[in-house]
Amino acid sequence: MVSALYGAVESGLIYAIMALGVYISFRILDFPDLTVDGSFVTGGAVASVMIVGGTYPIVATLAGAVAGLIAGLITGLLHTKGNINPLLAGILMMIALYSVNLRIMGQPNIPMLNETTLFTMLSSWWMNLNIDQLFMAPFEWLGMASFAPRTFYIIVSMIVIVLVVKKLLDFFLRTEAGITLRATGDNQSMVKSFSTNTNLYIMIGMGLSNALVALSGALVVQFNGFADVNLGVGMIIIGLASVIIGEVLFGKDKIIRMTLAVILGSIVYRAIYSLALRVDFLEASDMKLITAIIVISALVIPNSLEKSRAKREFKKSKQRAALNREQEGEVQHASAK
Amino acid sequence: MLQLNNIHKTFYPNTPDERRALDNVSQSLNPGDFVTIIGSNGAGKSTLLNILAGTLLPDEGDVWIDGQDVTAWPEEKRAKLIGRVFQNPLMGTAPGMTIEENMMISLGRTQRRSLFKGVTKKTRERFREHLSTLEIGLENRLNSKVGLLSGGERQALSLLMATFTEPKILLLDEHTAALDPSKESLIINLTKDLVEKHQLTTVMVTHQMEQAIDLGNRLWMMDEGNIIFEANEQAKKDLTVPDLLNEFEKVRGKRMANDRALLAK
Repeated sequence: MVSALYGAVESGLIYAIMALGVYISFRILDFPDLTVDGSFVTGGAVASVMIVGGTYPIVATLAGAVAGLIAGLITGLLHTKGNINPLLAGILMMIALYSVNLRIMGQPNIPMLNETTLFTMLSSWWMNLNIDQLFMAPFEWLGMASFAPRTFYIIVSMIVIVLVVKKLLDFFLRTEAGITLRATGDNQSMVKSFSTNTNLYIMIGMGLSNALVALSGALVVQFNGFADVNLGVGMIIIGLASVIIGEVLFGKDKIIRMTLAVILGSIVYRAIYSLALRVDFLEASDMKLITAIIVISALVIPNSLEKSRAKREFKKSKQRAALNREQEGEVQHASAK
Repeated sequence: MLQLNNIHKTFYPNTPDERRALDNVSQSLNPGDFVTIIGSNGAGKSTLLNILAGTLLPDEGDVWIDGQDVTAWPEEKRAKLIGRVFQNPLMGTAPGMTIEENMMISLGRTQRRSLFKGVTKKTRERFREHLSTLEIGLENRLNSKVGLLSGGERQALSLLMATFTEPKILLLDEHTAALDPSKESLIINLTKDLVEKHQLTTVMVTHQMEQAIDLGNRLWMMDEGNIIFEANEQAKKDLTVPDLLNEFEKVRGKRMANDRALLAK
């Protein structure tokens, strides 16, 4: 149970990078981008093929991100220059990327169990430092050694990577170019009227979004130890679930708060996921349905809560008004006597 | 400063819906001129403004701004020279972003966007200075979301954003039509002040004759794609609303008489 939660935090952090990508397209650019299902695998495919070919894992991971960047730029191009509806542009790219990914991989599945990946590198580096003891100490001290995970290197290194990505993104979104990007999603015709090529900014945003998604994909295949061409199915919904859960639970107006909320949303999603898997009558294959239900409830519940709250307030104020009238009536009655 | 040569524009040509929006319009404005355009619906005022702004291409004719032929320039390139305020207060600002971020976007007309700095202390001071000239307290709310402002405040902000970078041409598209009377007079006063302060060459479309007479130094009246009456600085001083109505009736009456003659045949 507890170890499952550590697993949830680990994969939550890795998928958080993907969720940040979805946040850029879905929330900042207001572009529901289905490319994600394809570009996630593209990142993983490029990274795994390069790693199996003997490339240094960091280079392979970054190459995966660049592949995603290119995919996103093409989706942006389809929408801006080709005038294709955003949803359709994303679906077209998703379908096209399925074939591209198979071409890159050469086979539907690439095992990497005996390869040097980013995580095996981190692991051996971590062991050399020998600081797991340090992290274990508080658990042992509290007599909860059995609750501690086997090792901390994945959580610690992923926290570092995710925070670096978040900081870079926060910084970019507050530069002049970043402000323009956000304004493009907010009011495109206004940005255009101030002499800005909004098409360019949509493409930059889409490229950036899919680069993050592919980076996440490249990390996931190394984490799993294999790449699979079907890894990306339903990825966009997982991304949306993370963004929406994050917004509902932790969201605030400020950009730095929003990116943090998305990361936490991704972790919460993974926690819900692993708890749901523990329920006896649910099977792993039910997860897509559960994900859809999580997204639907995260979209619907806050709305209906707000409405019923407003209704209650209205009723209360009416009662109060009626009470006031009654009291006034009594006062008048009394004074009349 | 601004020159229009033989502009023609027809919508849906060669179909039953064909509509001639502009019929051989030629005009020019000197630097600092402020022209108001009035006319009934469908007279071609908005088409003219859209052709100036580059959202529409004319069928024939060309547009010159500041000695350059800009007819074929796309909208965003031309926007370097043109500031624009729309009728709808929601159109000129980005609601999900703060006031200072919106001001930042409007700087895009004059400078390339950098990847390294956002709103710096210096630009923030500059924004605050300009915002304080509006005298509606926006300078103290730099970090408020624009979506939280009222329609009048948003329109005042749009107006400031369109003017403070000193474009060659300022286009005002019935920019007070969606406001209540008190906000309307606020925006009109601001328009006067800002145009005067920056010495802007301005084209303003309006539905209200008092406004058209009160503001600016020139006036064009449009009907059926033509400029049917114009008043220069001298003539405009003595112009009254009844005069304008008279002019309008003259042209309209002539046309109606023609129609009647046609129908009688």
